[in-house]
Amino acid sequence: MKYALFLGCTIPVRSQNYEISARNVAKKLGMNLVDIDDFSCCGFPVKSTSTETALAIAARNLAIAEEKKLEICTLCNACTGVLTEANKHLSDNKELREKINEELKKYDKEFKKGAKIRHYDRILYEDIGIEKIKQSMTRDLKQLRVSVHYGCHYLRPKDIYDGFDDPENPKTLDELITATGASLIDYKDKLDCCGGAILAVQEETALKMAKIKLDNVTANKVDALVTQCPFCSIMYEDNRNKIEEAFDANYGGMPVLYYTQLLGLGLGLDKKELGFRLNKIKPNDLLEKMGVE
Amino acid sequence: MIDSKKLDPNFKHEVAKEIGGENIKHCFSCGTCTVGCPVRVLDETYNPRKIIRMVLLGMRERVLKSDFIWLCSQCYTCYDRCPQGVRLTDIMTALKNIAVREGYIHPAFKEQARLLGEHGRLYEVEDFDNKKRDKFGLPPVKKDFNDVIKIIDKSKLKKVIK
Repeated sequence: MKYALFLGCTIPVRSQNYEISARNVAKKLGMNLVDIDDFSCCGFPVKSTSTETALAIAARNLAIAEEKKLEICTLCNACTGVLTEANKHLSDNKELREKINEELKKYDKEFKKGAKIRHYDRILYEDIGIEKIKQSMTRDLKQLRVSVHYGCHYLRPKDIYDGFDDPENPKTLDELITATGASLIDYKDKLDCCGGAILAVQEETALKMAKIKLDNVTANKVDALVTQCPFCSIMYEDNRNKIEEAFDANYGGMPVLYYTQLLGLGLGLDKKELGFRLNKIKPNDLLEKMGVE
Repeated sequence: MIDSKKLDPNFKHEVAKEIGGENIKHCFSCGTCTVGCPVRVLDETYNPRKIIRMVLLGMRERVLKSDFIWLCSQCYTCYDRCPQGVRLTDIMTALKNIAVREGYIHPAFKEQARLLGEHGRLYEVEDFDNKKRDKFGLPPVKKDFNDVIKIIDKSKLKKVIK
């Protein structure tokens, strides 16, 4: 099982805890992640201002994966969405493909048939499988109570994801979490967006979106919120102080974990191997409860 | 009040020609988009049904000059639920694309385009970042992507970020 690891812009400089845990979990479960030095930004940051430019940037990355005959494994939901969408548009629309290839020719790249793109957690679900994950657990996480935030672009828009999961009633990450032995606690408005995409446009509205989520999650006194996208984590973790100050709230230091960190705990990996030192909200209570050194 | 003399009946056709704007004319104003919108619930200035209506009526300048087209959080809830397959999120993107070409760009997006034009990535990577990565046992990442810098330089965004 070999995949081209697509890091995107945010993870390698702002969310290394995600990257560290994803790499170590992959090693443990036999996923071979190949680093491609030439993968750039996915294109998402300029989609709003120039869809055509975003498509060219995405297509360049897709052409690199195609040339290397490797499937792309993404960690960020936004990268997953933009690359998958570009791959679909360029495969379906000959005229658009020819136009974009005209641009790519200048960089010795060509989008022919495109590449396959899946989020890391989808690969865990489809290629590793729930049964193997259950069998690989060496640390008992039964005492842990967590809630999950999927993040929009993992499953939406539905028409680009070939019927994988149901965005109105998603199950795959739920199952991946319960496979670790941890208890999954449901909460109100679980599918609501984090607001990350408008943080720089209208901060107050974005923070309010994250606040409502944090209110609903912490109402059940869970040990952590589990995410799978760096932008969502930035909203719930990096912006926590700002939200608490702006809305006079207190979320009791509830940590935000990437799914790979939770899974890594179950796989018996240590604190360092899961990058917990880099979590902005320290999950010390949770780690102590689990007896993790 | 809508002044019919200021309406541009071609606006909807213009939007329909954009990538992602193709289905704008399918809207029958049911409001499913607005009901499920996580931004609308907090900020009444963002109303997807109303924005589509304004486009169909031809309120070109008011739409393109507005702040509200930049408020879509791109969650795709309306896109998935729309019974007419209007693909609203992509229409908001198409409107923003046209607005940019007309010289109206939100400063936050201008900054993102500028960074991509300078480094080919959203954050500038310094030696410090790669030293930190090395300390954690992570391989170094490239600082600048020249191909992406050139793609931006040859695109319509060049004029905007200058």
